Amino acid sequence: MQLTLWTYEGPPHVGAMRIATSMNDVHYVLHAPQGDTYADLLFTMIERHSKRPPVTYTTFQARDLGGDTANLVISAVRDAYERFKPKALLVGDSCTAELIQDQSGALAIGMNLPIPVVSLELPAYSKKENWGASETLYHLVRTLVGTAKRERPVRAAGARPKANLLGPSSLGFRCRDDVREIIAILDGIGVDVHVVAPLGADPDQLRALTDADFNICLYPEIAHTTCSWLHRTQGMPMVRTVPIGVGATHDFIEEVGKVAGIDVSQYLDTAQSRLPWYSRSVDSTYLTGKRVFIFADGTHAIAAARIAADELGFTVVGLGTYSREMAREVREAAAKYGVEALIADDYLAVEEAITAAAPELVLGSQMERHIAKRLGIPCAVISGPFHVQDVPARHSPQMGWEGANVIFDTWVHPLMMGLEEHLIGMFREDFEFGEVSSHLGKAPARRADDSAVAEPMLVAAGAATASDSMDGSSAPTPMAAAGVPTWTPDGEKELKKIPFFVRKKARLNTERFAAEKGIANISVETLYEAKAHYGK
Amino acid sequence: MTGTALPVVDSGCTDAPVLKERGQREVFCGLTGIVWLHRKMQDAFFLVVGSRTCAHLIQSAAGVMIFAEPRFATAILGDRDLAGMADCNEELDRVVTQLLSRRPDITTLFLVGSCPSEVIKLDLAKAASRLSREYTGKVRILSYNGSGIETTFTQGEDACLKAMVPELPATQEANLLVCGTMADVVEDQFARLFAELGIGPVQFFPPRRASKLPPIGPNTKLLLAQPFLNETTRALQARGATLLSAPYPLGVEGTTAWLRAAADAFGVTPERFASAIAAPAQRARTSLQRYRSALEGKRMFFFPDSQLEIPLARFLARECGVELLEVGTPYLDRLLVEAELALLPRTVLSEGQDVEKQLDRCKAQMPDLTICGLGLANPLEAEGMRTKWSIELVFTPIHGFDQAGDLAELFARPLERVNRLKV
Repeated sequence: MQLTLWTYEGPPHVGAMRIATSMNDVHYVLHAPQGDTYADLLFTMIERHSKRPPVTYTTFQARDLGGDTANLVISAVRDAYERFKPKALLVGDSCTAELIQDQSGALAIGMNLPIPVVSLELPAYSKKENWGASETLYHLVRTLVGTAKRERPVRAAGARPKANLLGPSSLGFRCRDDVREIIAILDGIGVDVHVVAPLGADPDQLRALTDADFNICLYPEIAHTTCSWLHRTQGMPMVRTVPIGVGATHDFIEEVGKVAGIDVSQYLDTAQSRLPWYSRSVDSTYLTGKRVFIFADGTHAIAAARIAADELGFTVVGLGTYSREMAREVREAAAKYGVEALIADDYLAVEEAITAAAPELVLGSQMERHIAKRLGIPCAVISGPFHVQDVPARHSPQMGWEGANVIFDTWVHPLMMGLEEHLIGMFREDFEFGEVSSHLGKAPARRADDSAVAEPMLVAAGAATASDSMDGSSAPTPMAAAGVPTWTPDGEKELKKIPFFVRKKARLNTERFAAEKGIANISVETLYEAKAHYGK
Repeated sequence: MTGTALPVVDSGCTDAPVLKERGQREVFCGLTGIVWLHRKMQDAFFLVVGSRTCAHLIQSAAGVMIFAEPRFATAILGDRDLAGMADCNEELDRVVTQLLSRRPDITTLFLVGSCPSEVIKLDLAKAASRLSREYTGKVRILSYNGSGIETTFTQGEDACLKAMVPELPATQEANLLVCGTMADVVEDQFARLFAELGIGPVQFFPPRRASKLPPIGPNTKLLLAQPFLNETTRALQARGATLLSAPYPLGVEGTTAWLRAAADAFGVTPERFASAIAAPAQRARTSLQRYRSALEGKRMFFFPDSQLEIPLARFLARECGVELLEVGTPYLDRLLVEAELALLPRTVLSEGQDVEKQLDRCKAQMPDLTICGLGLANPLEAEGMRTKWSIELVFTPIHGFDQAGDLAELFARPLERVNRLKV
């Protein structure tokens, strides 16, 4: 029994739903009680899907237990088959159904439907969402491709090689945009994309996966098991580099070139991201050495650390993941940056680690966004789990050259601009710091629950800013009027010369300084004495 | 509208046939009630004993991550618990100790049963009484069941309140107990109105502090603010309370009739009643008028969700001129909706759900507005239908005179939006 306040991943059947929902003509019959339909909202709300997830829930009740829950499975499978006419059917148990042991998958297979039926056994009490997605994709591919060794395709001389992009899925971070970006890059180096799966694929396409020359494992959490199996049983090579960041994209293209037997040097000379120049431009001097804490799924955490250290000049002060399956890789990466990896799915442990590391920027999931907001630290979301606002309308990939551009913008925007930081620097320790720099997010919310208003995700789903505006209400009150020194006309005039966005801060600091020193009238001199006092 | 009997429309739905359905339900389970119950009782903590799915559900439905440590959590069962390698009761004691040592501010802890804990027959009532003895004088530990195999969405609140009923102190005093979670601001409005009417003492249940329980006895009059407190009502009746039959305080008519039920029970004169509600009722009518033209004649279809469907449909039909195509409700308990059914114009009433068949019926009729859960809303919008998320009706203050206009606006907005959008 594990005390859990927040969870990074859902149960494994939600992973299976992600595969089913990613695809066309696949239906999933989930043996589950009322209430498990909540998972539909993850798709219809967070990703604004225009279709319901292709999932039928058997909806068994207490009065069915010990009675005809097995018949419920059979009628649900029959109804779903007749209504939705899928080309492949997934059948499996939710956590509760696992306990009543109806063997739903076996029951469905026994019905001899004229389509492939995949029985999913996803142990809900030991495994989690990404594992469930990975297993589901693997079993679906295995069922459709079959275990018999197939002929490898033979290409005519000069014909473009074909690759499968495996791993992009519903509720995966920015998958839709990454796919477009990677297809464009592959096209540029002369590789055609054969099948993208599971996102947008149908069972017939999965059957034909082996017609490609090799597989690209874009998201190891979802596709590594499948790619390894295709490598082992069908001899299909696998590209392992995840092309997030300039360096990784470069490596990815070289790996694809090697696997596909293509010379990519010319392509690499021409296609580039703006990130390297942006990082070298004068303004970005202020990025150098910024302390960054990274916590995400394994793939995005490792990629983010490399970008942070090698492409923006940040200092990585923390690196971790909730993906236990990727613990080894994340530990290896952390060693490179001289930090100890945090492998945890305990939200409070992550918060504690972030607080202790005192970073200037947090890169994480929406959970870390909340931690960062409470601590008043700038944050960018780089991985699932994410909120509706992390599914932007515009094209905003993480992968490839454009992905690197997007990352530069997304990570740098929560920080201050160079000039601005210089000016604000003199008052940086001030308690109202967050209030002046409005785009940094607001002052940290008080911990007292009574002052905060609940933010039901579903209700506030469309109004992501609701919480932002709430947090602002807890900004500290300015100094009481009593005992405040008065400004001389000259002092007041000088104050107006200070840029507007730091003026309020300067006024308060100067008044505080004057009050402490027992100065009744604030002159120009007092203002600069205060500046000297609070400056770096 | 005041002082006269409510007009009844063609005998309403009192004896209307009910379409009973059984199939896939697109409805939350009772655990979801924790989302508003933990806000209402700020000294209470809700510990779900369940699976990762339970934790994921509450987090997805609530997402109240404003709090570093929310006042709810899940004790997630693992393989070791199920295989009997760990004793569930010992594990639960360990988790409760861990929790209560972190949160010394908690005065009441609810152990909340889930589907898995029910199926493995983990006796949380027994665990609660065992732990209560251990924490006597410090923390009251109660249990209830929010599992999806036994409860729908708002039944979770019913189960929670029912668990508190045996704890309520006894009284011989004639008091009014208003039962069902409402926003604090709405309770305050009603408290002022009851004071104006000379009705008192008035207590609200659930209370704002779980440690300050309202008293109950043979002279308690019970007024329900929410239509889903079936078991709680019966438990309160068993403690001597008299249920005042009334429609629910939604809209001018519902609020007036609801207040009048209390006024009659406490012998308030018609004159005093009329003068006390005159101003707020007029405000409510004025605010409703603004949305009347947007809603009049619109055809609406209710999917089952929170049990509020029947009172809401009554309000929309009678005060906003809405035409009702179907009113779905997760379950129909006539004890609680008797007064509502009498007022509800004849329509198709459905109980339970087979979501695919209901979607077929809905799409065949192409309503102007479909009131449904969030799993259905975007897909229906994408098919060119206008929807209202039903969950917002649970989380938003909608009761009473001063919220009547806000309530109408919730339904008018999706219709207004379609008029505005040109793309």
